Amino acid sequence: MSVDGYLEAFRSQGRIVVVGASLAGLRAAEALRDEGFTGTLTMIGDEPHEPYDRPPLSKQVLLGKVPPDHTALPRRRLVDAEWRLGVAATGLDLAAKRVQLSDGDSVEYDRLLITTGVRARPWPRELEAELDGVFVLRTRDDATRLHHRLKAGPRGVLVIGAGFTGSEIASACRERGLSVTVAERGAAPLVGALGGVVGEVAAELQRSHGVDLRCGVQVTGLEGDAAGRVRTAHFSDGAAVEAEVVVVALGATRNTEWLADSGLGAGPRGIACDAGCRAFDVRGIVTDDVFVAGDVARSPHPLFGYQFLSLEHWGNAVAQAEIAAHNMVSASTDRRPHLWMPSFWSAQFGVNIKSVGVPPMADQIIVTQGSLAEHRFTAAYGHQGRIIAAVTFDQAKWLDFYESEIERAAPFPPEFPTVDRRPEGMQPVPAGFPDPSLPSHGPTVTLSGHSPTDRRITFTPRRA
Amino acid sequence: MTSVALLHRITDFANRPDPYPLYAELRKTPVVRDEAGPYLVSTYWEIRSLLHDPRISSDARNLTAEAAKATGQDQDPDLPPNFLRLDPPEHDRLRRLATAPFGPPDTPRRVYDMHGELTDVVAELIDGCRGKEQIDLVDDISYPFPVTVICRLLGVPREDEKLFHEWADTIAAGPDPVVTDEEREAKLESVRRARRELAGYLAGLIEERRRSPRDDMLSAMAAGHGADGRMSPVEAVTTSALLLVAGHETTVNLITNGMLTLLRNPDVLQRLRAEPDLAVPLVEELLRFEPPVQMLPQRTTLADIDIAGTIIPKGASVYLMLASGSRDPQRFTDADRFIPDRSDNQHLGFGHGLHACFGAPLARLEAQLALTALVRRLDAPRLAEDPPPYRPNAVLRGPRHLPIAIGGIKD
Amino acid sequence: MRLVVDLNRCQGYAQCAFLAPDVFTMHGDEALMYDPQPDDEQRRNVRRAAEACPVRAITVEYGDGAPAAGTAGASRVG
Repeated sequence: MSVDGYLEAFRSQGRIVVVGASLAGLRAAEALRDEGFTGTLTMIGDEPHEPYDRPPLSKQVLLGKVPPDHTALPRRRLVDAEWRLGVAATGLDLAAKRVQLSDGDSVEYDRLLITTGVRARPWPRELEAELDGVFVLRTRDDATRLHHRLKAGPRGVLVIGAGFTGSEIASACRERGLSVTVAERGAAPLVGALGGVVGEVAAELQRSHGVDLRCGVQVTGLEGDAAGRVRTAHFSDGAAVEAEVVVVALGATRNTEWLADSGLGAGPRGIACDAGCRAFDVRGIVTDDVFVAGDVARSPHPLFGYQFLSLEHWGNAVAQAEIAAHNMVSASTDRRPHLWMPSFWSAQFGVNIKSVGVPPMADQIIVTQGSLAEHRFTAAYGHQGRIIAAVTFDQAKWLDFYESEIERAAPFPPEFPTVDRRPEGMQPVPAGFPDPSLPSHGPTVTLSGHSPTDRRITFTPRRA
Repeated sequence: MTSVALLHRITDFANRPDPYPLYAELRKTPVVRDEAGPYLVSTYWEIRSLLHDPRISSDARNLTAEAAKATGQDQDPDLPPNFLRLDPPEHDRLRRLATAPFGPPDTPRRVYDMHGELTDVVAELIDGCRGKEQIDLVDDISYPFPVTVICRLLGVPREDEKLFHEWADTIAAGPDPVVTDEEREAKLESVRRARRELAGYLAGLIEERRRSPRDDMLSAMAAGHGADGRMSPVEAVTTSALLLVAGHETTVNLITNGMLTLLRNPDVLQRLRAEPDLAVPLVEELLRFEPPVQMLPQRTTLADIDIAGTIIPKGASVYLMLASGSRDPQRFTDADRFIPDRSDNQHLGFGHGLHACFGAPLARLEAQLALTALVRRLDAPRLAEDPPPYRPNAVLRGPRHLPIAIGGIKD
Repeated sequence: MRLVVDLNRCQGYAQCAFLAPDVFTMHGDEALMYDPQPDDEQRRNVRRAAEACPVRAITVEYGDGAPAAGTAGASRVG
């Protein structure tokens, strides 16, 4: 059969399995149908819920404005799929083209899309993690449990980790009138994602809203009472904080364990794929029937030195899912590269924080508009003389401009005047990112080098 | 590159009924320097990118002296600029202060709660046309409606309309490009006089509200609010003058252009009658197809800007040709067709970026309610004159009268 | 009815919060919060909000088989 003939047969009668039934999985399924795929579509999701939206969980839901089960994603179209929800994938046989499921069943595919995303990193000490009152926040069920407890008005809340999720949780708690302590290992909140200069603004925001913010400390232990309820947290500086609720917000772990022995290039940093969303195998050879999208993917980006980027971004999940879906049902010359500009937002303490590009790659930052002290500003990040990222606090209307500056690799610092330039915006300063080799839970963009696999291939020269 | 006086042809009154072929000609060169001096930007993406470009200023003080003179944008020695002619941070502060009594986050329900009131005002105005065989849509409905609304919102006595109508008209014509130096001088003088008189009038009202506040925007602006403190007395005057003028020199055109377009497209009129919810996307399409604000002639550059292969030098006067951008076939399929339920209609009708129309939600509601009521209640309407007579304005373009023959008024 | 807002696109114009204040609320000047599953009585308001969004960031599934709005198009300058 010719290649074209194969593609036509596949598009009309093929079998596509999507492992991961959240935002990326759903949008991919819709896009597959939009692209004219009429074969069978199987959606596998470990959670029992139909695809729902996660960003509201740390905001509207914790504030009690939206019930956790009111977050199901709107459908763009009917997908006509077989949904296998509440069932996790446990293994992958690349040769047999088969996905093993936790209920003992298995599903065969002609092409596979992996959108298994990430999960919350739990508190590392298991016994302490099991104390009543210790939570993580990633899923709808997590949000249900945490909201239920916050509603009861606990006497103290401790948030461990001041990345975006931790900061948003702290914001919601303060808005509920709860007393909140935030413990952050780094020098400031958001420091891993946005650097020390912006981190200082985030710290100021937290403190001005009544958060007891402790930076540069680690939580060394959680202590419970006789009934197994968490009561006290011990800090590395010797302090102890009373808390009835502890939220562990230490970032995410990629859901790749089920692929451990599959031969796919999957590991703790994610699943490597090419710009067309095709997964690499452990040998660094690209597959042609396994595709990846969303938080679990890591793919090379030409604007950022072709490093593999892992993006825990809502918009990336949608964009990459659409590209993956298109490429899954297209001939190789019709395929499209995924060249999405990293973008994210966070709402906390009444401020809208948005970013484009890859801030953690930067060495310098300059406030081009507005003022850090007023918590309303636009700042550009520079890397080796060009603009690599930008961030706005309540100035989202300017971000499009900086995005196009990043796209055209415009010089840094910017060589032009802007409206609302203040004295503080005349000179770039060090961006203040922590040493990237240290573990961090802050960034939502991870630069993960140039190697498609986590395993090193050792090149052994043949001896003469 | 210099255009052959294309701007003069666009502003030529003879071309007022249909400037769109001239815009199409203009778009052949996305950025062009007009003989009269300003740079005209006419294509969608270029306009949109400049609306978000922090090197673009709305503050006339950043124009070169030559550009200011050529386009008649000299500073008014009597009054400071309103927020439309200011950059951040002054713009942002004043706009937030003006928003506080108008919309979210502080007053989220103000416009929403006017629904019933807006519906009643339209109904009364249409009732007033009973017994007529021909109405003038402008004088009978699309002018008095938004004027009544903006007066109530601000707290300006409706009966004073006779007083400020002429000032408002004069000010509204201010941004229109003029040809000769004499015209420019004469206009500048008349606009300044109108601004002074309107300011004096509003200052009196604001002082009165400061002493005895009511539930209106003038009182709120006089009293001040929240983290941004309050407006100075002169800021309250320039801001309320802006809202009063903008509130009744623009929506009138949206409603009139809307009815004109519907009468030219009877199938759409029929559809709207059967399907009132169509008014929602239909008004967006109107904002694209026949926008009340045709261009933004009051921008300048803080630096040399390289756009679409042309360098606009620092301090130049820049005209963003919104109505042309919204008809750009590179952005909109069938750009010259009126498609009432067009999807992905990111038109430029209200601008974009930080100066995006302040009153947009109110204008949207007014137009939706007015058009829905008109098609429902006017019996057998047809245009008595096409094209209708236009107002002289090139920037705030719209018919001066819209005579419509009707079979009667339905209940 | 279900909806989602692409907050990467959102620039805080607040049109939705004016037109459907029971569904969309501004948190501060620019941050938007919304009810992803509003009551059906909000249908007309939600439609007004979705159509008025200058960046078409609101995707709605009206729940009656009508196509979702706001999913198409160019989201940015380029």
